[in-house]
Order: sequence, then C-alpha cells, then structure tokens
Amino acid sequence: MSAQTLYDKLWNSHLVRQDDDGTALIYIDRQLVHEVTSPQAFEGLRLAKRKPWRIASMLAVPDHNVPTTNRAAGIADPVSRIQVETLDANCAEFGITEFKMGDIRQGVVHVIGPEQGATLPGMTVVCGDSHTSTHGAFAALAHGIGTSEVEHVMATQCLVAKKSKAMEIRIDGALGLGVSAKDIALAVIGQIGTAGGTGYAIEFTGSTVRALSMEGRMTLCNMAIEAGARAGMIAADDTTFAYLKGRPFAPQGAMWDKAVAEWRNLHSDEGAVFDATVVLDAASIRPHVTWGTSPEMVVTIDGCVPDPATLSPEQREGAERALIYMGLKANTPISEISIDKVFIGSCTNGRIEDMRAAAAVAKGKKIAANVTLAMVVPGSGLVKAQAEQEGLDKIFIEAGFEWRDPGCSMCLAMNDDKLAAGERCASTSNRNFEGRQGQGGRTHLVSPEMAAAAAIAGHFVDVSKL
Amino acid sequence: MDKFTLLNGLVMPMDRANVDTDAIIPKQFLKSIKRSGFGPNAFDEWRYLDHGEPGMDNSKRAINHEFVLNQPRYQGAQILLARENFGCGSSREHAPWALEDCGFRVIIAPSFADIFFNNCFKNGLLPIRLDATQVDNLFKAVEAHAGYRLVIDLEKQTISAPDGTVYLFEVDAFRKHCLLNGLDDIGLTLQHVDEIAAFETRHLAAQPWL
Repeated sequence: MSAQTLYDKLWNSHLVRQDDDGTALIYIDRQLVHEVTSPQAFEGLRLAKRKPWRIASMLAVPDHNVPTTNRAAGIADPVSRIQVETLDANCAEFGITEFKMGDIRQGVVHVIGPEQGATLPGMTVVCGDSHTSTHGAFAALAHGIGTSEVEHVMATQCLVAKKSKAMEIRIDGALGLGVSAKDIALAVIGQIGTAGGTGYAIEFTGSTVRALSMEGRMTLCNMAIEAGARAGMIAADDTTFAYLKGRPFAPQGAMWDKAVAEWRNLHSDEGAVFDATVVLDAASIRPHVTWGTSPEMVVTIDGCVPDPATLSPEQREGAERALIYMGLKANTPISEISIDKVFIGSCTNGRIEDMRAAAAVAKGKKIAANVTLAMVVPGSGLVKAQAEQEGLDKIFIEAGFEWRDPGCSMCLAMNDDKLAAGERCASTSNRNFEGRQGQGGRTHLVSPEMAAAAAIAGHFVDVSKL
Repeated sequence: MDKFTLLNGLVMPMDRANVDTDAIIPKQFLKSIKRSGFGPNAFDEWRYLDHGEPGMDNSKRAINHEFVLNQPRYQGAQILLARENFGCGSSREHAPWALEDCGFRVIIAPSFADIFFNNCFKNGLLPIRLDATQVDNLFKAVEAHAGYRLVIDLEKQTISAPDGTVYLFEVDAFRKHCLLNGLDDIGLTLQHVDEIAAFETRHLAAQPWL
C-alpha cells in the first residue's frame, strides 16, 4: 500500500461507505455534547421518535452558560438556566453520562474529554462546537459540527462527509524563552490567514511539535479552526500515551497494551504526500499579540499596530474598520497598549500547564492599578483542584487575580463574565471577533504567560524579557 | 426541510470580508432551545444601535439605518451577496437558522467557512461560490440598480442576471439532490442501517476499548 498521511489512516479506518461522487458515511466513535448546540438535536430525535444509536459513545457537560462564581446560588439568568436544565433533562431521559455543574469533573468540553481519557488516539470525535479540533492532538480525527449533524450522529452514529485535502504544517527547532504553543498557533494564522486552512485537515509535524506537551499540542490543534481548518491533528507518540495512561475512560491492563500497540501506527508514513505544506522555523517565533478583530490580525510583541495604508487593497478596509472598533491608532507599539481586563482560561488555554505558566509570571507580583479585573478560570474542576494542590490559586489571589470556577466564561461571554463596551482585554481565548467577549469589548489574543505579564504591567510586555 | 428549486429574488449586498457567526447571531441569542425565531436578531450588533438581549421587543429598539438590512431598497431580499470567508468562527447552526428566518435562501460569496457551508445545506439555504471577479461585478450591479434581482436555478446550476449574463456554479451532487427534494439527511443515512451495523460490529471487535 502507498504511503498514507495520518488523516488518510483515520479517514479510511472509519469509512462505512462511499458513493461515486465522494460523499461518504464516516463512523463516529465519540460525540461530546454541551448545552448550547444540543437542545434542538434532542428535540429533533424526539419528534422523529428516534433514539441515540450508541449512548456509550456520548459524554455531556454544561460549559458555555455556567457561572464561574457562587455556584451554590445556581444560574441567575433564567434563559441560561433553562438551557442547562434542558441538557440535564435530555441526558437523564436518554441515559447519557453527564458531568453536571456541581460535579468536580465538570469543565469546558474540550478540556474534560482528554482529561477523562474519553478522547483516544485513532478515534473520530465530534461535538457541536468548532473547537473540537482540539482533540486532534491525540491523533484523532476531530471536528466541529452543526446541530443538524449532532442529531444525525446521535441517530445514526455516522456523519455524512467528503474527504478534505491534507495540509502539513511543519515546525522544527527549539522555541525561544517565553514562547508557547499559543504563539505557534498565532504565528501560523498570521502566515496562512484565517481562511488559509479552509478545505483542509491540518497535521502539525516537526521536532517542535514532538517536543510539545499534550497541553501545548491541544492549544495548537484548538486553533486550527481559526486558520479555517475544521480538523487539526498530531501523530501519537509516547507523550500521548503517558498523558492518557490510567485516565478513567482509557483502556486498562492488557487492553491498554493492545491499544498502544495499535496507536503506534497513528502517524503519517514516510513519503506520504500532502496537498499543501507550510514550514515554520520555531526559533523565529516570538510572543504574539493580536491587534484587530480577526485572529490573522496579529503581530509580535516587538511590533506595532499596522498602518492600513501599507496593506494590500483587499486587507485595507478590514484593517481600517478593525482599528476603529479596537480604538487603536496605526503605528502604535504593541507594548504601549494599556489593558483594562485579563482573562486566563478557555478550551485554548485553560489546562494545568497554562495555569502553571501564568502563575510563574504572576508569582510575588501585583496586578497593575489600571487593570480592573484579572480573572483565572480553570478549564475543569479537576484542573482547579490540581492547581490548588500546587498552590497556584494562592499565587493568583495574592497577585490580585480572581480565581474562578470552570467554564467557557469570558471566551464568549454567554454567562455573566463579559467586557463592557470599550474595555480592552488581554485574553488567552481563541477569537477576537467584534463583540465576542461582550458588545463593544476589545480583545487581544495572547498566551497565558503574556496575559499574566500584561496583568502585572498594565500593558503588553515581552514576557521573554521579564 | 423546504425544497429548493428555482428562486427569483432580490439581492442584498454585505460588503465586508470574514463575516463571522458571532456577527450573524450574537451569543446571547444562542440560549434559546428552539430552532426558530432568530431572524429579528440576525446581525443584532450591526442592525440596532442598542445592545440586544433575548426577550426584548425589537420593534422598540433604536435602528441603525445605515446597515444594509435596514435599508428600504433591500427589504424582502432573499439573496445575500457577501465577501470572502463568510460564516467563519463558531459551528453554531443558529447562524443559518437566523439567515433563513430573515428570509434568505441563497448566499453568494467567493468563499465560505467549511462548517457554516455544511450547515446551510441542512436548512434549505444554498451557499454559492463564485470567483472573486464575478462577485465583484455583482456588487457593482447591485449598487447601481435599485431592485436588483437574480434568478437562481439549482437544477441547471445557473444564476441569471437582468443584463442577460448567466453565471454557472458548482454544487455537490448529493447536496443538490437533497435540496431539490427537501430530503432529510437522517432518513437517507438510515437506508444504510445494515452497513452501519456491520461496520460497527467489526470496528468494535478490532478495538474493544472504544
């Protein structure tokens, strides 16, 4: 057989049938469910008198709407509360495993899947959430789907799909001081643009990627969708297996050994051909900060807000509009931009390693007087517990940060955590779209290290120089 | 799902690239557990001057008269003319639900985000890719002629302009079939129930940890 990419292997091993025009049915091993994109799917099932095909393949958690403070009081917003209660009721009705709001295992859906070992190498993973690409870090084929597809997977265990093209993004070399997986992701998007990966499944390869922890790999795959690719993925290796071993949903004992033997094949073969290849040199990647309203509007910390007049005609109008929205002037050095709020968390950067990286910067310091709120929102109850065991909560609290309960929080501001109009935020989340963190709010995407450093300084600073 | 065959519709231009799903339907409206009723809040942050929340009486809100959706000449538009990377961002199907609820049946753009593109077909919305020059020409034509309409023929895969220009477009054969006949994907897939079950038995036997 000819050399295959990792994507070929994952696609072929889940192909139930394929029509002559390429329309295929792909078997789905794991469906993750949250409260926002599932109610209409459950309703559809009920109306058609259908049942979920394989209940054991599903795992549910409320994350988008949950409060991050005073949980004992429940959810104040009645509309949010109904949505979470609807998920609880649907899971109870169909017998689906759910980590409810009071459960220590509750958290952001893309944090808890891997944390529980519910995401395994070789799987197909879907969720009604575009950041499902995160799970590709485990050599899984994972991508976001719409609610009709959520219902379709529930009812048939399959997805109607056409094979994407394959793109290799190869990053080699050692990362510099203060440079993280988030900066790699932003550098990639800065290079290929937010539509650069459209129509592709991206595999991240190279020595830099191999050297990343699973947390770093998840951050990188998480942002594949911001480059336009529905799926991002990374070959399985000993780092993958070490992360998964002993997790509740992972195989145990002899079954574990058998699984690992199988998973060792989950990489692109020598000589496999990609439809496109992009190469980055890790040594040249610096800490990044976005300046506009699309993740591709990004520069390094030593850069300046660009002058739209110097951009191509296609980019100029968007850049002008972004600068007005962001309240920024062309040619302002990034390090002179002051911030009002800081958000550390999300499915991009809400894992234990992110907490540690931010805490290392914040340790023994105080947030700047002009920062009105700096919040740390762990990705799950278990991340929170682990961080507290390591004393990270104390470091944050002593520095003036708020230490919250897990959820999506101000990544998309569906709960009470949001920016007021005009407020400027250093955020470890994934989207800087207009209004994303609150109407009129201004988002700058950065790594956890850079967010913590900005909280302390009150403006963006080069974390590698601290 | 409604069938889609032929549409003679008014065109509304939205001249900006990277229109994301957060803009199409802001997150506060995703809290609904229904599929319908999103139309009045489509592009909420652009079409109203105040901040919108679910349950507000939209007829009493301050309108942004400059926004295309509020301009009298585009009332009743069924065809949305857009720029690159339309529908990027979140996978929320609320975005096509909102557009459909606004009355749109066709979106024409040089490129779409993948998940949004898929979601459209599930809801009787036809996303059409034309090349950037053709889209540019259409923007100019819409701008120049009040009441500009296009005729979309899905069967023939053509867009006919008033000046006699006919644009051909590509559409996936399976999706075309489903739209033309208003077919439900799940029902179609379940025709292959035996194949799925046989695959599953083999698959789970080979990887019992799944």
